[in-house]
Amino acid sequence: MNQNKDFAHSISLLVANRPGVLVRIALVFSRRGYNIDSLVVSPTLNPEFSRMNIVARGNPEILMQIIKQLEKLVDVVHAKDHTNMNVVEKELALIKLSCSSEERTEILQLCEHFKASTVDMTENSMIIQITGNTDKIDAMKNLCSKFEIVEYIRTGKVIMLRGKDKT
Amino acid sequence: MSQNNLSGAQVVIECLKREGVDIIFGYPGGSAIPMFDALLDSTIKMVLSRHEQGATHMADGYARETGKVGVALVTSGPGATNTFTGIYTAMMDSIPLVVLTAQTTTPNLGKDAFQECDTSGMTFAAVKHSYLVKDPNELPRVMKEAFHIARTGRPGPVLIDLPKDVTAGVCTAPFTDEMNLPGYKIPGAAPAEAIEKAAALINKAKRPLLLVGHGAMISDACRQVKEFAEKLNAPVTSTLLGLGTFPSSHDLSLGMLGMHGTVYANKAVLDCDLIMSIGSRWDDRITGKLEVFCKDAVKIHVDIDPAEENKVLQPDVFLCGDAKLVLEQLLPLVSKLDTAEWVKTCMNWKKRYPLTYPKQGGLRMQHIVHTLWETTQGKAVVTSDVGQHQMWVAQFFKTDYPRQLHNSGGAGTMGFGFPGAIGAAFGNKTGWPVCCFAGDGGFQMTMAEMATACIHKLPIKIFVMDNKYLGMVRQWQDLFYDKRYSAVDMVGNPDFVKFAEAYGALGLRIKRPADAERIIRKALEYNDGPVLIHCECEKEDNVFPMIPAGAPISSMITEPPKTQLEKPTGST
Repeated sequence: MNQNKDFAHSISLLVANRPGVLVRIALVFSRRGYNIDSLVVSPTLNPEFSRMNIVARGNPEILMQIIKQLEKLVDVVHAKDHTNMNVVEKELALIKLSCSSEERTEILQLCEHFKASTVDMTENSMIIQITGNTDKIDAMKNLCSKFEIVEYIRTGKVIMLRGKDKT
Repeated sequence: MSQNNLSGAQVVIECLKREGVDIIFGYPGGSAIPMFDALLDSTIKMVLSRHEQGATHMADGYARETGKVGVALVTSGPGATNTFTGIYTAMMDSIPLVVLTAQTTTPNLGKDAFQECDTSGMTFAAVKHSYLVKDPNELPRVMKEAFHIARTGRPGPVLIDLPKDVTAGVCTAPFTDEMNLPGYKIPGAAPAEAIEKAAALINKAKRPLLLVGHGAMISDACRQVKEFAEKLNAPVTSTLLGLGTFPSSHDLSLGMLGMHGTVYANKAVLDCDLIMSIGSRWDDRITGKLEVFCKDAVKIHVDIDPAEENKVLQPDVFLCGDAKLVLEQLLPLVSKLDTAEWVKTCMNWKKRYPLTYPKQGGLRMQHIVHTLWETTQGKAVVTSDVGQHQMWVAQFFKTDYPRQLHNSGGAGTMGFGFPGAIGAAFGNKTGWPVCCFAGDGGFQMTMAEMATACIHKLPIKIFVMDNKYLGMVRQWQDLFYDKRYSAVDMVGNPDFVKFAEAYGALGLRIKRPADAERIIRKALEYNDGPVLIHCECEKEDNVFPMIPAGAPISSMITEPPKTQLEKPTGST
């Protein structure tokens, strides 16, 4: 099964803040041979709970089943698929470029266009920080690839429902 | 009540008592010594098995028999790993267990200490929930939660990993009924809207079929199932684990469906216009090729586990709830259906295609099972191991009562039958004999528990169905693999009668069909301890009817085929 052709789903979970929760969740995916594309775990206002955001691709029916199995875990308060829902989605990436002083101007222009910032600069390198949705970060990375990308790291997706209701 | 200076182990034992536990099955070891020490001062009966797998199956058999939570207590490392087959067996069949595993001391966790193993890590995938307790003060709450989780909703095994310094340490926290389980929900009644939709579909059905599974039995819904079937005048078929929920002797009963089910049940599945599963999970053993299973029939699925919805197939209505409550919701909304013709058709199939077996030749397992059924008039608690004999038990030991037949369904765990019978014997309140059927293969996997059965003088009738083969695998190799028998010959079997005698049990032998009844009676009359009946059976008998794995139900084989069959596409 080629999962990569399938649509990416954004799943958010509210879970008990206890050891082992992450393993239980990961096993629901790995049992079906499903990969987790990205993962964010964060504290919530209540220290008893954590929030998790998972992005995974695959057959939508199997993902539906995965979400139900996640819901069934005793430590999971709820699991929801937020794909195509009215949510704010953000990722953050750091891109380290090796660049000469001549290239720097062009890179800075790029940063301005993407509202990215430079968080480190040396004579021959720069680290760019960019936030936004998946497409925006992909686009920035693609444009940067004409320079020499030394390394690149990206957070998972943080998701929050728009409006007053809780995610 | 608060306690002073109680050790963690003493608190665990007191919590067990508060949960109504009066028996546990286990095996000690270094890390578990504080637990076993505390047990000495308790009224809880401790049954020492000969292997931790045996202890876990005993706790499972006890749970199946009584409906209570079965408890196993073992040490760390290999003691814990030996329970995994038992935990997985319980998980697959939704059996409530609490498995207490000892662990190295908390400072030693992760340091490869002697007999340390990552027990909770290794069992995550096979438990309903688990705990690694790092502070003795967590024990009262953890114990409360563990039993609650094990027995409620869709039951299952809960593992509690107990480091030695936690059980040896002091617990000052009070006993409590409070739980902290914000993510744990137990469905009760189904939503009214879904109930109405289901009732409307049922009231339109011309050829309805009820499919009763283990969930109906767990929910204690036998009376409601009967009332429902009779009110609709609908025939009832059952999964392997559902057998006994609806009486086999009832006119509307079609017995077990599926791979080795009755012809009439499978014909009813093919012809029904509505199938309603009450607590079954559309297992691949019963659906055969899914794409054509009840293709044109309305499907209603009652299950307490919300994750069962659409897991295997998409029903027209999914009723998430406790089977008993759901049936009580539906009963006033459904009416007697015009099913006289349909029921007559099913009854005609029942007459025309009865379960039979060849009467000529040597001793057949079917004959043993049927003779026991006749001799006891069906009043026996029966456990079975896994394989051909298991299917013949399901076919020929007709059950009229719930919790009468215990076997490993989902997991198909060879070695379950005998320790399962020991557990059932400890829980048995029926006054009926406990009988165990095991093949020569499966019996040898856990036969060390003969010591356990003998020490406690349990009057279990152990039928070792010896065909000197791993019969079910041999059957597949016979039917689908050109009779190329590979690794199925049980050459090297011991003399099972001598084996029984070596433990001080009674050993009997049946070689000829004509001797079966006499020897079974003799076994039933002996109640001073276990009796092993070595049944020397036909070597190459096959189980029919049979639907090859993954094939549509319509390709059911009812007698030995004349030609080689295609290799099955389904799993196992």
